[in-house]
Amino acid sequence: MTRSPPDRTAPPIIDPPSTDPETDPWAPLRGLTRARVGQPRAGDTVAGGEVLAFQLAHARARRAVMAPLRQQALALDGPVLPVCSQAADRATFIRRPDLGRRLSADSAARLPRGRYDVAFVIADGLSALAAERQAPPVLAACRALLPGWRIAPVVVAHNARVALGDDIAHRLGAGCVVMMIGERPGLSVSDSLSLYMTWDPRPGRLDSERNCISNIHDHGGLSAEAAAARLAGLLAGARRLGRSGIALKDETPASEPDRKWGLARESGTQ
Amino acid sequence: MTYRATLDGEVHRFSDLRQVLARASPQRSGDELAGVAAADPVARIAARYALADIPLAAFLDDLPVPYETDEVTRLIVDTHDAASFAPVAHMTVGQFRDWLLSHQADAAAIAALSPGLTPEMVAAVSKLMRNQDLIAAARKIEVRTAFRNTQGLPGRLGSRLQPNHPTDDPRGIAASLLDGLLLGAGDAVIGINPATDNVAHGIVLLDMLEAVRTRYAIPTQGCVLTHITNSIAMIERGAPVDLVFQSIAGTQAANTGFGVSLALLAEARDAALSLNRGTVGRDVMYFETGQGAALSADAHHGMDQQTAEVRAYAVARAFSPLLVNTVVGFIGPEYLYDGKQIIRAGLEDHFCGKLMGLPMGCDVCYTNHAEADQDDMDNLMMLLTVAGVNFLIAVPGGDDVMLSYQSLSCHDMLTLRASFGVRAAPEFEAWLAGMDLLDTRGRLRLNAPQALGRIIAPEG
Repeated sequence: MTRSPPDRTAPPIIDPPSTDPETDPWAPLRGLTRARVGQPRAGDTVAGGEVLAFQLAHARARRAVMAPLRQQALALDGPVLPVCSQAADRATFIRRPDLGRRLSADSAARLPRGRYDVAFVIADGLSALAAERQAPPVLAACRALLPGWRIAPVVVAHNARVALGDDIAHRLGAGCVVMMIGERPGLSVSDSLSLYMTWDPRPGRLDSERNCISNIHDHGGLSAEAAAARLAGLLAGARRLGRSGIALKDETPASEPDRKWGLARESGTQ
Repeated sequence: MTYRATLDGEVHRFSDLRQVLARASPQRSGDELAGVAAADPVARIAARYALADIPLAAFLDDLPVPYETDEVTRLIVDTHDAASFAPVAHMTVGQFRDWLLSHQADAAAIAALSPGLTPEMVAAVSKLMRNQDLIAAARKIEVRTAFRNTQGLPGRLGSRLQPNHPTDDPRGIAASLLDGLLLGAGDAVIGINPATDNVAHGIVLLDMLEAVRTRYAIPTQGCVLTHITNSIAMIERGAPVDLVFQSIAGTQAANTGFGVSLALLAEARDAALSLNRGTVGRDVMYFETGQGAALSADAHHGMDQQTAEVRAYAVARAFSPLLVNTVVGFIGPEYLYDGKQIIRAGLEDHFCGKLMGLPMGCDVCYTNHAEADQDDMDNLMMLLTVAGVNFLIAVPGGDDVMLSYQSLSCHDMLTLRASFGVRAAPEFEAWLAGMDLLDTRGRLRLNAPQALGRIIAPEG
C-alpha cells in the first residue's frame, strides 16, 4: 500500500494547529492559570494529544491516592507520636471514612495527656505525598510565628480523616488542633496540603466549626510561609473569639490574590 | 407501622417506611457505610415488592424524621398541597410509577401534581424505576426559570461556566472565563467557587464578573459560590450580587452543619431580590446538593442517602431557585463507589428534582479516589441530555484546578449540541451569534485566534 502525501491546501483539522508560544494566541492566557484553556480543537471536541495528556494525569493521581505515608520521609526533629485510625489499609480507608475518623485502641492508649495550647497533626488523608512534602516546612514556619504557644509533640496519623484530629487533641489535652492533611489529588497537582484549624477540639465537632487553608503546594499554590502566616492570624482570631468556624471570618484586605479560606467540605478529606 | 413482603414463602419484614425505602435502594456504598442497605440482592427486591404496595398517602403519616425536631420535616408537612395531591391520593407507589410513564401523565398533569408530592413519595417511586424510566419520565417535565435569560425551555441545554482558580487570581479566572465564553458556555451562570472565604476578595471577583458582563452585554448571570452569610455581607457592602448560592441538605441537622437554616435562606433571598438585578425574571437563588451530604454530617436519621437528597429538594423549592444542581460524584467513593453508582444517582437526582418542580441541573463529575473515569461522565452527560436536564457544569478541559476533581468540559457542551440538537438559552445564543462566534450552521467557529483578538481587544 502506498501512502499519499498530506494535502497542504486543505484547512487544518486541528485548531489552533500548534501550541508553539511564538504563534499560539492563547500563550499569554495560558501563563495565567493551570486550567486547560485554549486546548486545540478537532471539530467540537479536543485534539487527541489533549485526551492522552488528561488520561496520563488521571493515572498519576490514581497512583498517588494509594501511596502510604512514610514517617522517615518527614525528617522531623524532636518527639513524634505515630497513630493509626481504625482503617487498617488504604482500600478500607477509602470506603470507610467513619473508620478514618476514629483512633485505633492502641493509638488512643499511647497518647499522653498534657496541657497544650495547640496540637499539630501530620496526616496522610488522600495524598501521603502532600503530607511528606509540604507539612514539615509549614510546621517549621508555624513554630516561628507562635512564640508563647504551648505546642504538643507532633502527631503523625496514618489513614486519617480531618475529624481524627478532634480525638487526638482531646486526648492530648490541647485547646486547639491543626490537621495538616493531604488533599485529594487533582490532575495537575497531587501533593497539595490543607490545614484545618479547630478550636476546643473534641469528638462531634461539625465541619462548620473548622477553618480551612487549602492548596498549599509548590506548583503555584500557597507557600509554606504564607500558609503559616494565615494560620497564625486565624489562631489569634479564634483565641479572641473563643471559637473557630464560620463565625471566624477572614477579613484581611484583598490586595494579595492568594487567599485560601475554603469550606471544609471542599478538599474531600473529611 | 410495619411492612412485609412474602416471596416464595419467605417473609421479609420492615419496621417502618424509612427501612423499606433504604432496602429498596439500588446498591450504593454510602448506604452500606450507614448500615441501612439491603443485606443481599433478594432482600433488596423484596423491599421493592413491599414498597410497590404501599399507598402514597402513607408517606404523609409515617415521617422518616420527626416533625417536632426537624424544620425540613415541618416545611414538607406544612406546605403539602392536598388539592394537588388529590389525583394520585388513591394510588400505591407501584401504581404511581405506572401512571408517571402512562400517556395521560403529560407535562401539565405532572406539573400540577408537584406541590402535592412530598420528597419521600418522590424518592419512593424512583426506587421502582429503571434508568430508562427515570429518563423517560423526566423528559416530560418542563421547569422554566429566568433572570437575565430563560432556562429550561424545550430543546435547550444550559451550561454553568466554572472558571475556578486555585488562588482566586482574577487574571487566572478571567483566562478560564474567556476560554469558556469563546466555546459558547456560561448561559446558566458564570459561577466561581472561591478558594477563599474572604468577603473583600469575593467582591473583587464579583466586580470582575460584572465588568466583563456589562462590557460585552452578555445576557447571563454571575455568582461567587461562597457561604450565604458572605453573600449577605457582600450585598450589604453594595457588591453586584446576581445570585445567592448555598449548599443545602435534607435534614435540619445537616443544614446546621452547613451553617444555614430556612430563616437564613429566606433572609438571603430577600436581600438578593432587593437589588432587583434580573431583566427577564426574578429567580435569584442557586442551590447545590448531593447524595451523601446528610450522612457525611452524621445527620441522616437512618435514611438512605437518596431519600435524604430528595428532602433537600423540598428545601430548594421553597425559595424559587433559578438553578439547582446535584454535584453527583464530588462526594467520593464512600458514598457513590464507581461509575455505575454515579450514573444511576445522577439520573435519580435529576428525575426527582424535576418531579419536585425544580430547575434541575447536574455537575457530572468524579474524584480521583473513585472508580470512575471520563468515559463514565460521557455516558451520564448524554443520558441527562436525553432526559432534558436544564443545565450542566463545564470547566476548562474538564479539570477543575481549584477543587481537584473532574467535571465536563466546555467542548462536551458542543458535543452534546451537535449530537442531540440541543441549544443554549435563546438570549445567550443570540449573543453568541452577535459576537460572530457561530458559523452558518450554528456551530462554534474554529477560529479562536480571531475571536480571541476581538474579545480581548483594548476597550475604546
